[in-house]
Amino acid sequence: MEDVLKIGGKEIKSRFFVGTGKFPDKAVVRDVLEASAAEVVTVAVRRVDPDSSDENILDHIPERCVLMTNTSGARDAAEAVRIARLAKAAGCGDWIKIEVINDNKYLLPDNKETIKAIEILAEEGFTVLPYMNPDLVDARRMVDAGAAAVMPLGSPIGSNRGFRTEEIVRIMVDEIKVPVIVDAGIGAPSEAARCMEIGADAVLVNTALSAAADPVKMAEAFSKAVEAGRSAYLAGIPERIEEASASSPLTGFLR
Amino acid sequence: MTLKINGKEEILEKEMTLTGLIKDKGLNGRNIVIECNLEIVPRQTWGKVDVKDGDSIEIISFTGGG
Repeated sequence: MEDVLKIGGKEIKSRFFVGTGKFPDKAVVRDVLEASAAEVVTVAVRRVDPDSSDENILDHIPERCVLMTNTSGARDAAEAVRIARLAKAAGCGDWIKIEVINDNKYLLPDNKETIKAIEILAEEGFTVLPYMNPDLVDARRMVDAGAAAVMPLGSPIGSNRGFRTEEIVRIMVDEIKVPVIVDAGIGAPSEAARCMEIGADAVLVNTALSAAADPVKMAEAFSKAVEAGRSAYLAGIPERIEEASASSPLTGFLR
Repeated sequence: MTLKINGKEEILEKEMTLTGLIKDKGLNGRNIVIECNLEIVPRQTWGKVDVKDGDSIEIISFTGGG
């Protein structure tokens, strides 16, 4: 059976989601997306600056991709809802990454406001994927509010500190019935592989690509790591044991 | 007339519709959303909606984001 991820009625083959922020050269985004084979791609909405020659990011995103607009900049539920509605009106689909942040140092999300935004947007028919502080109870509340997936952070946004929330995410994977996607802080492919090995449904990466010396090569590396981690999870990673267990037969020694 | 566009106060010399405003700003209108006084204005009505003195208009588009 093919291993597909289902979110909001869509079948997603690639479990590697990619963010498009902070690439010094926007034209590299297309190459990154090709190398990553990503299908789910995040973008942000901002005021247009007519004086800037800023290119339209959508020109660099392949047609096959599902756009997931984030609500970055939202400090409460009302602002997140406003941004989501604007994104939908722009005609880029109804997948929304809810991101409500009112902590400027660590950029940690406000789960409580996020839950309020989910209730409103899910009711309006959006496919809602909340970025969240890993927590089982809040994740359950988010699912009850209509979240199509939950996206716990691995470590603070853009920190490249890796998968520091493994213990809680592991519990969420066990208990939460919608897809669990590790979003933020993943700095290296091995960390993305780890997320997948413990059963996360997908990984979302941005800074580790945009800040890499060669973002395209790094996208390829992450793509392989995510795939490898997923295969390992499906294969069933054997339990750890304290003592050695010989790999060769313990009989018939030449002695 | 004086109005606020993307948070900045601006003075417009002549009457215009939202379509005119977008053109005036040198924008092609693709993947743009216009919010007028916190209400999203449907694209198909841009040509019929005149900007008014005191309006607060947001012109929004997509950018890279994680």
